[in-house]
Amino acid sequence: MGDDRFNHEEDLFCPGHRACPGCGAALTSKFVTEVTGPNTIMSMPTGCMEVTTTPYPESAWGISWIHNIFENAAAVAGGIERAYRSFKRRGKKGYTDYDDVNFVVLAGDGATFDIGIRSLSGMMERGHDVLYICYDNEAYMNTGIQRSSSTPIGASTTTSPAGKESLGEDIHKKDMPSIAAAHGLEYIATASIAYPEDFKKKVEKALEIEGPKYIQIFAPCPRGWRHESKNSIKIARLAVETGLYPIYEMENGEITNVKKLKERKPVEEYLKAQGRFKHLFKQEGGDKVVEELQSIADHNAKKIGIDK
Amino acid sequence: MSKDPYKDLKITKGAVVRPGTTLVNKTGSWRSERPIVDHEKCVGCGNCEKFCPDMAIKEMENGRFEVDLEYCKGCGICAEECPVKAIEMEKEER
Repeated sequence: MGDDRFNHEEDLFCPGHRACPGCGAALTSKFVTEVTGPNTIMSMPTGCMEVTTTPYPESAWGISWIHNIFENAAAVAGGIERAYRSFKRRGKKGYTDYDDVNFVVLAGDGATFDIGIRSLSGMMERGHDVLYICYDNEAYMNTGIQRSSSTPIGASTTTSPAGKESLGEDIHKKDMPSIAAAHGLEYIATASIAYPEDFKKKVEKALEIEGPKYIQIFAPCPRGWRHESKNSIKIARLAVETGLYPIYEMENGEITNVKKLKERKPVEEYLKAQGRFKHLFKQEGGDKVVEELQSIADHNAKKIGIDK
Repeated sequence: MSKDPYKDLKITKGAVVRPGTTLVNKTGSWRSERPIVDHEKCVGCGNCEKFCPDMAIKEMENGRFEVDLEYCKGCGICAEECPVKAIEMEKEER
């Protein structure tokens, strides 16, 4: 099939998926499967990745993969994990290798921050051995770029459009890692697709820990953020370099291993690269929002300790 | 085409049992620009392969990085992330 020089047999996340060119979430999926290996059960709620990777009867996944509705990815993963544990305890054939199986959830920000937060909270509270990874593209991209509670202030989406009376989204982004931390998780981390080695190390570390884990990765969406597809990595890097998306680990409630910056770039550089923020530089009052975003970056720097 | 999921398709109860079958969908047809690798300039860092969202750049046995045009959607990330600018995007002509 196809060009013989290329072997996609070993890809656990296969090409041919329908994600847009330059998709950050598709890159995330690739990185995740590269670490987890084939002995993994992934639960995935509705979202871009679910729709683009599994148009019936195809599947881009080389790992066990189950789709469930928006609300209950974490609950399903928790259920699978408990079933495995139970089967293993009873010595059921084929389930004795429980320790080697990775239980992973890969969900978008809509399913994590808004719709699925109840089941995620339940999963974390009950202490299932599940790694929950959220690819954060800051809106409901799959259904047509509606705002989510992850959308940052000032961003124009189809349900927070910039116009005469509006400067885009007017509510601050939810601090999801802190919500996860409030559940007393042993390991929480944020990452960015611009730093794949860092992300993969975090996934590897998380998989070794027993119990619930939460990782949030910044994944640009060229279509929704209105930037050229080639700039996905560049923008992900700028988000980190401006301090708007700090990368850190949180172990037992303590922030550790922060990605430090010698000199933070002004947030304008990040904002100007994307169409969703372009009104901030044209409309009256836009400068105030930019200032506010700069103050968020400054606050992040102070709170998490980004500055060297 | 042993992996063709559409062959003998019966509607099951919401289960996809054949993994890695999106390979039948040749996303190369989406492309408006194609990446051309200058193997003389290439230093072999592997950034292009690492950052490809479509697994469409692979290191060959001879150490060269080649583009799988059957699946490359032409996003241009590889050209952008190449530290020595060894990849150029060229307008696709059909």
